[in-house]
Amino acid sequence: MTTATERSIRKLKARAAAEGLLDVAYTSTDSPFGPLLLARTERGLVRVGLPNQDADELLADLAARVSPRVLEAPAELDEARRELDLYFAGKLDRFDLPLDWRLSGGFRRRVLRAIARIPYGQTRSYTEMARKAGNERAVRAAGTACGSNPIPLVVPCHRVLRTGGALGGYGGGLPMKEALLELEGVLDGRSGV
Amino acid sequence: MTALPPFQTVLDEHSAAVMGILRGAVGRDGAEDCFQETFLAALRAYPKLTNASNLRGWLLTIAHRKAIDHHRARGRIPVPVAEVREVAVEDGVPQHDPGLWAAVGALPPKQRAAVALRYGSDLPHDEIAAALGCSPEAARRSLHEGLKRLRKELA
Repeated sequence: MTTATERSIRKLKARAAAEGLLDVAYTSTDSPFGPLLLARTERGLVRVGLPNQDADELLADLAARVSPRVLEAPAELDEARRELDLYFAGKLDRFDLPLDWRLSGGFRRRVLRAIARIPYGQTRSYTEMARKAGNERAVRAAGTACGSNPIPLVVPCHRVLRTGGALGGYGGGLPMKEALLELEGVLDGRSGV
Repeated sequence: MTALPPFQTVLDEHSAAVMGILRGAVGRDGAEDCFQETFLAALRAYPKLTNASNLRGWLLTIAHRKAIDHHRARGRIPVPVAEVREVAVEDGVPQHDPGLWAAVGALPPKQRAAVALRYGSDLPHDEIAAALGCSPEAARRSLHEGLKRLRKELA
């Protein structure tokens, strides 16, 4: 690609943002676990893609469910990237990012909102989350809500465990869940709590 | 209906072609502005696009309109080539006579696009076909009809 084309694309994106045409801005950022995909709308962070998730599929999904006006625009994600970097460095224990919840609805959204309030370094059970979302018996649905969390890490579904302390599942793979809990000082490095 | 891909994919796949065609149509200096105008217009219209099977043709058609806008705004006309020039010379009309491009502008849409893509953007027939979303034969026919009509108009 020539410099003139790159320059034109940069100007195009600035103009698109100024005109309110940048419905979904995304970037890729490094993490200790591999590259993360970050996507936001004008409302806030809408999607975090974990390293084991296919970025192209996530972008196609955003195009279908939010808007096809999906453009790579790293500067729009500066704050999210900064907070995540600090979090992985163990220097941030609370995200302060506006979130766009539109990719989850109903009971799932209530579960995820409850998860968003679990403090750093603490864990809860799927049962507690089901209760907080208004239906104590819907434990399996609460688990599904965790599994479908569109904004992992920032909405810390890794802090939800099985009753009794078993790890349960994680969209980014169990080793990642374990490592995140270690980072937060919940696990001492041994497997399985 | 084909799902619309993320616009970034459209940009990645077609920006080189659009820039190349615009350079040919309006020159290096105008191409960057026209490029932005083309993709901004595309981005505005994108969510309502009902057919994603010929995105390249769709973009090239927008680019060609932006190139024409550019020339109109500058009061300049692209240097016509080959057959169009002959028409102009036959009529004793100078090549840069706005009348010629006004006549092109008055053609039915398909013919107008075919003539402009051929002589304004210097595209071969198969690319014109891609831009118009028709077969190369149909593109050739549109071009032929357009030129015939121009000859008659300008005679």
